[in-house]
Amino acid sequence: MKLKGWKELEIGAIIPEAGNAEQYNTGSWRASRPQWIEENCIQCLFCWIYCPDSSVTVKDSKRGEFDYGHCKGCGVCAHECPGKKGKKAIVMVEEGN
Amino acid sequence: MGKKLAITGNQALAEAMRQINPDVCAAYPITPSTEIMQRFASFVSDGVVDTELVTVESEHSAMSACIGASAAGGRVMTATSSQGLALMWEMLHIASGMRLPIAMTLVNRALSAPINIHGDHSDGMGSRDCGWIQLYSENAQEAYDNIFQAVRIAEHEDIRLPAMVCMDGFIISHSIESMEFLPDEVIRDFIGEFKPKYPLLDVDKPVTYGPLVLPDFYIEFKRAQHEAINKAKKVTLEVAREFEKISGRSYGLFEPYRLDDAEIAIVLLNSAAGTAKDVVDDFRNKGIRVGLLKPRLFRPFPYEEIAEALGDAKVICVFDRADSFGGFGPMYMEIASAMMAAGSSPLMVNKIYGLGGRDFMPEDAEAVIKEMTGILDTGKTGTLKEYIGVRE
Amino acid sequence: MSTPLRLKELSKKEDLLTGGHRMCAGCGAPIAIRQVLLAADVPLVAANATGCLEVSTTIYPYTAWKIPWIHSAFENAAATISGVEAMYKALKKKGKIDRKIKFIAFGGDGGTYDIGLQSLSGAMERGHDMVYICYDNGAYMNTGIQRSSATPFGANTTTCPAGRVIHGKPQKRKNLTRIMAAHDIPYVAQTTPAHWRDLMTKVRKALEVDGPAFINILAPCNRGWRTPTNNAIELCRIAADTCFWPLYEYENGKLTVNYKPKEKKPVTDFLKTQGRFKHLFSPDSKDLLKQAQENTDHEWDKLLREAACWAEETGTTEEGK
Ligand SMILES: Cc1ncc(C[n+]2csc(CCOP(=O)(O)OP(=O)(O)O)c2C)c(N)n1
Ligand code: SF4
Ligand code: SF4
Ligand code: SF4
Ligand SMILES: [Mg+2]
Repeated sequence: MKLKGWKELEIGAIIPEAGNAEQYNTGSWRASRPQWIEENCIQCLFCWIYCPDSSVTVKDSKRGEFDYGHCKGCGVCAHECPGKKGKKAIVMVEEGN
Repeated sequence: MGKKLAITGNQALAEAMRQINPDVCAAYPITPSTEIMQRFASFVSDGVVDTELVTVESEHSAMSACIGASAAGGRVMTATSSQGLALMWEMLHIASGMRLPIAMTLVNRALSAPINIHGDHSDGMGSRDCGWIQLYSENAQEAYDNIFQAVRIAEHEDIRLPAMVCMDGFIISHSIESMEFLPDEVIRDFIGEFKPKYPLLDVDKPVTYGPLVLPDFYIEFKRAQHEAINKAKKVTLEVAREFEKISGRSYGLFEPYRLDDAEIAIVLLNSAAGTAKDVVDDFRNKGIRVGLLKPRLFRPFPYEEIAEALGDAKVICVFDRADSFGGFGPMYMEIASAMMAAGSSPLMVNKIYGLGGRDFMPEDAEAVIKEMTGILDTGKTGTLKEYIGVRE
Repeated sequence: MSTPLRLKELSKKEDLLTGGHRMCAGCGAPIAIRQVLLAADVPLVAANATGCLEVSTTIYPYTAWKIPWIHSAFENAAATISGVEAMYKALKKKGKIDRKIKFIAFGGDGGTYDIGLQSLSGAMERGHDMVYICYDNGAYMNTGIQRSSATPFGANTTTCPAGRVIHGKPQKRKNLTRIMAAHDIPYVAQTTPAHWRDLMTKVRKALEVDGPAFINILAPCNRGWRTPTNNAIELCRIAADTCFWPLYEYENGKLTVNYKPKEKKPVTDFLKTQGRFKHLFSPDSKDLLKQAQENTDHEWDKLLREAACWAEETGTTEEGK
């Protein structure tokens, strides 16, 4: 990417594109990845409310896939997931496996 | 035209602020500028202005609140002196780095220690590199005139930088002088409506102010800031021409006084320049070709223009009412840079005077000019940097 | 109408702090901030003190914020937002703006308990319409885990390292929440992101107030606390269950303790989860652990006594809240 020169930048280092950090990939930080096991999911959405990186997608109040472009693999969601009958709906697996 | 009144410098500035009627003022008391905000507070209390006055708990917070208010999208003013400006130092850089057109009156006062409440330029000169436009004023009339022009320069779309107007503590802030005020509606038309740029209060277009900028971009922003402040030279002259139309008073980047054909030039800032002008006249009457240059715009510094104005002088004495311990006074360094860059090499000496409010008398100017005639004759300078009016 | 505080409803709202920020994996602060932003149903403008949250969410040319946001320096988030709020009032008075907007400031414990305390106190006293949120991770994390006045007794930090003679931080924490309550402002509270409903209820109350409000939120930092990346929420829960971090609020001066653990757990349950307290568990540190428990008990008892007084005075029971 060609970086802007001094004449092209907004004055005062102001960033006018709200939330453009979405374009920044933090998924590459992951050492392990959360995996969603839908059949164990009770749709409590704890994983969504406790994710530090807004990486649990939810549509119409139902959770969807992880946003692996941003998920850093911290494991908070898996740790907090109650799952069904003692079976977690999120497990952490090592990246690359 | 406006009406004439005998008034102190502080009162004149408070009156100017009333006429500007800024959206927000945030201020904290400090001698000798306190009275400006005190008077202004009574304008607020009486509903004469509709400014939101934020009576903060420190000058650091004063400038922080000014920054927040300015980024929010309106006209912002404050006033301070000395320790107050020193406490703001961190925030002065942030105001200019964020390109916020805040206007401030700096009533110049010495810096501690030892604590001293009287006028010298240590505070203003100490904030030289903070990225603010600086206009200096010889008297209350100039300070009054300058503050309106500062608002215009700061808010100019090519500039968008904070500006401070400096005047001497006590000598000007507290002495009564007769000056002319412009009518409110003339001022209103002159300063115009504030035009916000990236206002925080536009919640439909959320912007981020003050991100972390790493080496990949930082220097580009600083380069752009340099460009912007340098444009203030041209804009200062344009604004001055417009101001002349409403006031009949003309301003430049500096004031040359009997400089044409001068062999000896003295450079003096603010009130002391007024004192020295009469002395220059006396020497001129005796056939000695001496002239005076009183800088007005100190940041950005008009190097080429000043070098040209001082071009014929063989001897230049630069007075500094501030010191750089272990170095020359700040004004001397600027003038020397200007002459060097222009390829001239006059004999140049530096006199430090008036620190902590020590009087600068006509006799002081007279003695120095006499000394300069000696240097002109012999072609030899003595000690380059000396203190005048100091007891041995 | 405000969104009901149910996750199914809340999840329909847009996240105002996006992914792609650069806080460490598993950091507690962005969890707390997301919840704060989700709780609000009015447009917000925010100021942020220098610190992990500020640095990591706005690395140029990226910003994770979808609300207007300003960072100016470390010690002045409260003063900066005061200025923004003053401008809002001014422009409203002049008819240049008619939207309802609320103002919020975020600061770490260093930026709030220490260097920013003066500007915070000033802003609260002046009565600006603003909510100040402190995310307390118990040290200056952004500069590498130096102690602050919020650092717990005995914690190992880089400026109060556990050594042979001095065993971590010798002093106890400053109780900032109560200092804020002493400002007699309309709303003051303390909470954690594990208690998301409590947190969001408090944010709503704080935003409803016409005037200043303060909320202190525990925000675990796995780097500084020396914990795994996955248990920030669990640590918050233990902090409340041990009464190390009680959940309470002052509404117009009236104190309510919002959570009383059925069985108060020993503070060691909290301490033993974290590497920063590891040295306290050596055989010759029994006194230090005792001291830590006493500190916690002292604060908790004080809180209960005060809450009981209030309950008596207003004729309400403080049970069942
Ligand atoms: C005036 C000033 N002093 C020191 C610093 C260096 N500094 C930046 S962030 C920081 C620590 C922030 O600690 P805290 O407020 O607790 O936030 P955290 O990083 O822990 O989230 C320090 C000391 C600074 N930026 N400005
Ligand atoms: S692993 Fe962490 S970042 Fe990834 S989805 Fe789970 S909570 Fe979010
Ligand atoms: S926390 Fe677990 S059970 Fe709850 S919604 Fe997420 S995946 Fe499903
Ligand atoms: S150092 Fe701590 S507070 Fe800072 S981003 Fe990392 S985990 Fe969060
Ligand atoms: Mg901290």
